[in-house]
Amino acid sequence: MTAQPEDLATHAPVGFLTDTTLCIGCKACEVACKQWNSLPMDNVGFTASSYDNTRDLGATTWRHVAFVEQFPGNERPTTMPPFQSNWLMMSDICKHCVNPPCMQACPTGAIVISRFGTVVIQQDVCNGCGYCVPACPFGVPELSPLDNKAHKCTFCYDRLESGLEPACAKACPTDSIQFGYTDELALRARGRVDELRERGVEGAYVYGDQNAGGTGGIGGLRVSFILSAPSERYNLPAEPELPQRKSVPNYLSTLVASVAFGAMMTICLRK
Amino acid sequence: MPGLGSRLGRGGATTTQQSLAESDCIVIMGSNMAENHPVGFRFVIKAKERGATIIHVDPRFTRTSALADMHVPLRAGSDLVFLGALINYVIEHERYFREYVVHYTNAPTIIDAGFKDTEDLDGLFSGWNPETGTYDTSTWQYEGQQVDQSDNDLSQTQEAHVQFVGDMQRPPRQDLTLQDPMCVFQLVKRHFSRYTPEMVEQSCGVPRELFLKVADAVASNSGRERTTAFAYAVAWTQHTTGTQMISACALLQLLLGNIGRPGGGILALRGHATIQGSTDIPTLYNLLPSYMPMPNATQSHGSLREYIEAEQPQTGWWHNLPKYLVSLLKAWYGDTAQPENDFCYDLVPKIGDDYSFQAMLPMMCDGTMKGLFCMGQNPAVGGQNAVLARKALTSLDWLVIRDIHEIESAAFWHDAPEVRNGEVQPKDIKTEIFLMPAALTAEKGGCYTNTQRLVQWHDKAVDPPGDARSEAWFMWHLGLRLRELYSGDETPRGRQIRALAWDYPTPEATEDPDLEVVLKEINGYTVADRKLVGGFADLRDDGTTACGAWIYSGIMPQEGMNLAKSRKGAEGAAPDWGFAWPANRRILYNRASADPQGRPWSERKAYIWWDAGRGEWTGHDIPDFPTSKPPSYQPPEGATGIDAHAGDAPFVMMADGKGWLFAASGLFDGPLPSHYEPFETPVRNALYPRQSRNPVALPFDRPDNPYHEVDDARFPYVLTTYRLTEHHCAGGMSRWLPWLAELQPHGFVEISPELGQALGIDNGDQVIISTLRGEAEARALVTKRMQPIPVQGRTLHQVGMPWHFGFGGIAQGGIANDLISLVEDPNSRIHEAKALTCSLRRAPG
Repeated sequence: MTAQPEDLATHAPVGFLTDTTLCIGCKACEVACKQWNSLPMDNVGFTASSYDNTRDLGATTWRHVAFVEQFPGNERPTTMPPFQSNWLMMSDICKHCVNPPCMQACPTGAIVISRFGTVVIQQDVCNGCGYCVPACPFGVPELSPLDNKAHKCTFCYDRLESGLEPACAKACPTDSIQFGYTDELALRARGRVDELRERGVEGAYVYGDQNAGGTGGIGGLRVSFILSAPSERYNLPAEPELPQRKSVPNYLSTLVASVAFGAMMTICLRK
Repeated sequence: MPGLGSRLGRGGATTTQQSLAESDCIVIMGSNMAENHPVGFRFVIKAKERGATIIHVDPRFTRTSALADMHVPLRAGSDLVFLGALINYVIEHERYFREYVVHYTNAPTIIDAGFKDTEDLDGLFSGWNPETGTYDTSTWQYEGQQVDQSDNDLSQTQEAHVQFVGDMQRPPRQDLTLQDPMCVFQLVKRHFSRYTPEMVEQSCGVPRELFLKVADAVASNSGRERTTAFAYAVAWTQHTTGTQMISACALLQLLLGNIGRPGGGILALRGHATIQGSTDIPTLYNLLPSYMPMPNATQSHGSLREYIEAEQPQTGWWHNLPKYLVSLLKAWYGDTAQPENDFCYDLVPKIGDDYSFQAMLPMMCDGTMKGLFCMGQNPAVGGQNAVLARKALTSLDWLVIRDIHEIESAAFWHDAPEVRNGEVQPKDIKTEIFLMPAALTAEKGGCYTNTQRLVQWHDKAVDPPGDARSEAWFMWHLGLRLRELYSGDETPRGRQIRALAWDYPTPEATEDPDLEVVLKEINGYTVADRKLVGGFADLRDDGTTACGAWIYSGIMPQEGMNLAKSRKGAEGAAPDWGFAWPANRRILYNRASADPQGRPWSERKAYIWWDAGRGEWTGHDIPDFPTSKPPSYQPPEGATGIDAHAGDAPFVMMADGKGWLFAASGLFDGPLPSHYEPFETPVRNALYPRQSRNPVALPFDRPDNPYHEVDDARFPYVLTTYRLTEHHCAGGMSRWLPWLAELQPHGFVEISPELGQALGIDNGDQVIISTLRGEAEARALVTKRMQPIPVQGRTLHQVGMPWHFGFGGIAQGGIANDLISLVEDPNSRIHEAKALTCSLRRAPG
């Protein structure tokens, strides 16, 4: 897909639909991403974890194809549902959240939502405090030892500014990674899931979709995935949530504890 | 690809990757298409989206299997039993396409009464000569036809298509009811009668029910309304029976009526970029450009006249051979080539032995071959029996390596395992090595011919850095310097060099030859005015035309019209995208997409049909048939060339215009495919117990190339080798590249948890794989994607090993080819790397 950058901005937000049922695990997206963005190799070495020698997303790995072998028991399948099955392959990436927790955690305002609706860390503003790292429920941003700043997928901001689709989607040979406007992608995703279920892929669903648990206070993902197994198998949280929501109970229990402690101290001091 | 050539007439893929999208069923066998042809695999997915059934038959569960509807795990090397059983099923259950078979194949043709089948002779065909280890093929002929015994000469490999087609002195006798016991159909039926589902279970380890499910899917998706395609790659070719596996597939697809039709056919997936181009305009020693046999000193090829007498068939398209040969000589030798001097035919080198890549290695070891140019190849890692290959390199006087890195074949003298462990001292290696820097794809122009015969041009994006240069530059300047060295030299060798028309312009600063001028020569032109010819129909045998490769003729039909550059995309055949040889045809033998009367077999599968009003063939592709020959045409008595074919003979390259269920000529190991076990196997041949190996396989019996006996207890596992998406062949283009190297950073073997448990090997352990040729270390990837195979009452384990890795670059690992022996398929001279035996143990420590 190519378009005028102004059109992309006008019709924003843009996003990806990653249909894992079409993914053949070729890793072209990983290589295209590193090449376009001039990212160095990490070379984590031979992991003996299926064909995944990348392990996870990080400061210099913005696309990561996960390989999950699912062969329950000792049986080997011979007849399978259509499209991807038994060897799950999923190209993971920054989800470009609607209400990005990383942005909320960033004290310098380095993380912004671009005019295309994508989430970008401005490198000249980032001070490397690292607050965004634990804030992300998906483990996406990471501080780079090369410049001590936080890095993650930019959604090929520079390519969007030239009206080009991001490098990963451009390189995908089976159209597993589809680039487009999120409203259109959402429609397409729902249609595809219906079709998959009709054809026997009973477990198919759109990750992050309201029907599949939603994304809590994050308010949705610009990057969605069609999955055919529980999300944890792909190392995605079942119910992604804003981190502060989880900290509310912690905050309250600390408050209760400190009130109780104060009361005890008062009682003790009176004696 | 003699497997396709001998039955269909041309060795290329019969269909296109795009056409797979129109298939109702796709069988991927002998190929891991999703991993090795990921871009083409998009069309398999398109077919799936339209409802097709995708079947992957493979020892391993791969990225291809993950996207398939059925994964059929079989024992590596047993493919022919599976294919034979499909053939038997189709005949037994009368699910063949009768009208297609009767009219378009040689099923009704009567074979010589002296023919005896493997069923009669315990696994051998008639004509076996135990003294020479070869067949006399005279009983394999059509009844009453004479035999050209030159087809029986094992010194010539069979890529030359003209050798496949046979020679019809008169129309052969036929029985259109297919009942005569000596008609091809009955012979085929009898030959495969013991290839049963039970035999599949016993020999391939595939459960009977699963086999029957595949057979039903294939048969149900073939016929008038539906088509099934087969895709294969080097996992069929790299066997001592590889040609016959491919041949069996062609036979099956002819029975099902799937050749020449949209969504049907056989897609021969080529191993890497432009490997199709390098057989079309060959780097092979035994071919002239466009599949004419290389003149051979052991045959009656002494003069141009003798060559033509020996090789020109009287019927079929190859009757035009003299036009193509003389035009080639005019392109090579220019004005020096004249009728008086036989167009310099005497200057063309004559071969007299096996000079294939495998045969070269012993020749280097033994000092027969003293120098080597190595371009785009890494024999120190990629050569079969790579231990022997490295020894061969150390035995040379000089070695020129052109590559983008100091690959192992340039670094072996200081870095090979045998040098690292002190067995070999660098000071004892006398080879003088020249490492020449090579330009990368984007740094040079030119064209690639892809897996479906499609030629696509690309322009240079940037100049190569420093002294790096293109292959064209290297050959051009080497030629110039050789001419200078031989100036005034009147020896035959000197004349061979000096007579070449070596006159390309070099407009660029890099002094590369102008590749569009080279393309003009390939296309062909009339000599007098240098005007480009429109296609191969314009070529003449009198020296008035020149053409570098007749099958490519038409690629530049006019000045400034380079069709390899055209880029108009479309659904379907997309005839305006690039140029497909021959004559821009996308699906070969497409006359077979219509019935004998010229009507489409069905509305759904309409492709090419006869337009009676306009008196010509028309449709969605360029007809692979004389455009105005009506379906009712009957050849007059004594007709020659293509005029000798009737209007319902779609296989224009064959002498009788028919697809050959029975290959009366062109193959060394038999007219019908028979299952022989791999050269090294742990099991006996269940079909022909007295004939384990292919009787005409070509071993290299030498102390440095030992073989394992059948069921050698020291080597109980089946080893199969393959490639990964992340790397390219012997690694020269990927293991040095950080972004690719990190994705598969180390050599590994894949084994099942069952085998891991038996040997005490855990996931990630360091292991040693060994054969009598050598050992290789690797990490173990213990995965349920591998599985034990039940065969002949025992549990057989298979070990899978990618062959990319070596001792250079970023991604390193033990060399799989150190384990593999030199042994050849007699037809294609391809080695056997897909099925052999090995042992496996945990590395100490």
